[in-house]
Amino acid sequence: MRPYNAFLGVHMKTKNIVEKTMQAVFFALGMVTIIAVATISAFLIINGIPAIREIGLWAFLSGQEWRSTGANPAFGILPFILTSIYSTIGAILIGVPIGLMTAIFLAKVANPRLAAVVNTAVELLAGIPSVVYGFVGMIVLVPLVQRTFALASGAILLSAILVLSVMILPGIISVSRTALAAVPREYEEASFALGATKTETIFKVSVPAAKSGIAAGVVLGIGRAIGEVMAVLMVMGNVPNMPNLFEPARSLTTAIAMELSYATGFQRQTLLSIGLVLFCFIMMINLILNFALKRGYKA
Amino acid sequence: MKKKAIGLLALLLAALVLLTACDSGGTASGDGLSGRISLNGSTSTERVIASLIEAFREEHPGVTPTFDATGSGAGITSAMEGTADIGLSSRHLRDGEDGVDAIIFAIDGLAVIVHPDNPVTDLSTDQIAAIYTGAITNWSEVGGDDAPIAVIGREAGSGSRGAFDDIMGIEDQVVHDQELTSGGAVITAVATNSFAIGYSSLSAVGDTVRIVTVNGIPCTEETLLDGSYPIQRPFILMTQLGTEPSEATQAFIDFIMSPAATEIISNAGVVQVL
Repeated sequence: MRPYNAFLGVHMKTKNIVEKTMQAVFFALGMVTIIAVATISAFLIINGIPAIREIGLWAFLSGQEWRSTGANPAFGILPFILTSIYSTIGAILIGVPIGLMTAIFLAKVANPRLAAVVNTAVELLAGIPSVVYGFVGMIVLVPLVQRTFALASGAILLSAILVLSVMILPGIISVSRTALAAVPREYEEASFALGATKTETIFKVSVPAAKSGIAAGVVLGIGRAIGEVMAVLMVMGNVPNMPNLFEPARSLTTAIAMELSYATGFQRQTLLSIGLVLFCFIMMINLILNFALKRGYKA
Repeated sequence: MKKKAIGLLALLLAALVLLTACDSGGTASGDGLSGRISLNGSTSTERVIASLIEAFREEHPGVTPTFDATGSGAGITSAMEGTADIGLSSRHLRDGEDGVDAIIFAIDGLAVIVHPDNPVTDLSTDQIAAIYTGAITNWSEVGGDDAPIAVIGREAGSGSRGAFDDIMGIEDQVVHDQELTSGGAVITAVATNSFAIGYSSLSAVGDTVRIVTVNGIPCTEETLLDGSYPIQRPFILMTQLGTEPSEATQAFIDFIMSPAATEIISNAGVVQVL
C-alpha cells in the first residue's frame, strides 16, 4: 500500500502545482483586460479634464462653434454631440426594422437551406472592414445621394446614416435571431392552438417574448453606430456645422480623427476632451446594454 | 532535445549580435560613411523624401535615414529641439519659430482641380477666394453651368489647408461642403462629383480630375520655379541652429541640394530649388 500511496502523493502534488500555476496564469491574463480598461480610463480622464476646465464644461458641451486653429479659436462640441446622436438615431430607425425582419425571417420563416445562404451573407457583412464600407459609400452612395436630391455635394449626414444603418445590421440580426430562436416552442404552439396565424404568432408571441434580446441587439447597434470612425469620415463631409440631414456634419469620433494627426498644444487637449465625452457616451450605452441583458435573463 | 534547442538559440543570438555589430560598425558600407539620420515633419514632403532616401541609400548603404511623417509643426519643433537631425516643413516659418537653419529645397504647387466635365478652365485668385468663403455658390457666376459649387478642402491644421488659406487670405472665413484628411481623398471626391472644386499638391493629381489655370497661369514646374503661379508653397528642411550636423546628415543635405537630385525631386511632382 505504501508505494501506491507515495505515488499518489507525488501525483497529487504535481497536479496541485499545475492547478496553482494555471490559476495564476488565468488571473494574470484576466488582469490584462482590467489594466487596459483602467489605463484607458485614467489616460482619458487625466488628459481630457484640463481643457474642459479651461473652457468650462457647459461652454464646451453647449458651444455651437468649433474653430480649433483659428486666430480667435472656439471650442464648442454641441454640433459633434448632436451629429453623433442624430446619425445613430437615423441608423437605428432604418437598420432596426430591416434587421429585425431579417432575424424573424431567419429564425421563424425561411427554410433551413435559404436561411443558411442568408446567414452566410450576414456573416460576410459583419466581416467587411469599415474602410471598405466607407470607400463604397464614397464612390457609389455619395454621388447617388447627390444626384437624387440635386445637391452640390452628396457627402452629408444622410449618407452617413445610410452607411451606418447597413453596418449595424449584422449585430442586430445575429443577436435578435438568437433571442427569437430561444423562445420556447410551447409559446408558439399554444398560440397556434388558439387559432392564431403564423404572422400573429410571430408579432404577438415570439417577438414580445424575445424583446430583451432584441433590445440588446439594438443597443449593440447603437454602440457600433456611435463609435464608427472610418466609414463616417469618408461619407459625411466632416464640416463642423450644426447637423442637418442634407448638409455635411462632423461627429464626435470623426472630430477626433480629423484633427489629431496635426494637432498640438491646446487643440490636442480639446481632442482628448472630446474623447472623454465619447467615453462617457459609450459607458452609458454599456450600462443600458447590461440592464437590457439582465432583464433578458430574468425573462 | 532540449540541449540542442538551447544550443541553436545561443548560436542564433550570437549571429544576431555579430550582425548588429557589423551594421553599427558600418563595415558594410562602400564609402565609409555610416550612421543614422532621423527626419521628422510634413506629411506633404513624404513622397519626395522617400524617393530621396532611396536614391541616397544606393550610394551610401551604410547610412540609414528614417522619416516620421508627423506634420510641419512637429517637424519644426523637432529641428528646434534637436530631437530629429532634419526637420521638414511645407509652410514658411512663423514668427517665434526660430532656432533653426532653414533651406528651401523644393517648391510644391497647389493645383486647383475640378471634375473633367466642368466647362470652367480658368479662375482668378479672387474668384477662388470668393468660392471658398461662400460668396460665390454657383458655377454660372464664374462662367460655368448653372449648378451649385461643392467646395472641398482639407482639415484644419493640415499643411495644404494652411498654405491654401494663407495664400488666398481667407483664414478663418472658409466655408466647406466637405473636409477630407488627405490630398488623395480630395482628388477622389472631386473625381466623383461634377460640381466639385478642390485643391491638392500638383504631384498627386492624375487624370481623373482637371487642373484649372489660376489668373490664366497653368500649374507647371516652370510657373512654380519662376514664381508666376500664385498658389505655391515651399518645402523647407531645417537643422538645429548652432549644432554641427553629423557627417551623414550633411552628406544627405548636400545630396538633396545637388543637381543629382533634380530628377528624383521632379519625379516626385515638386520642383527643386538649387
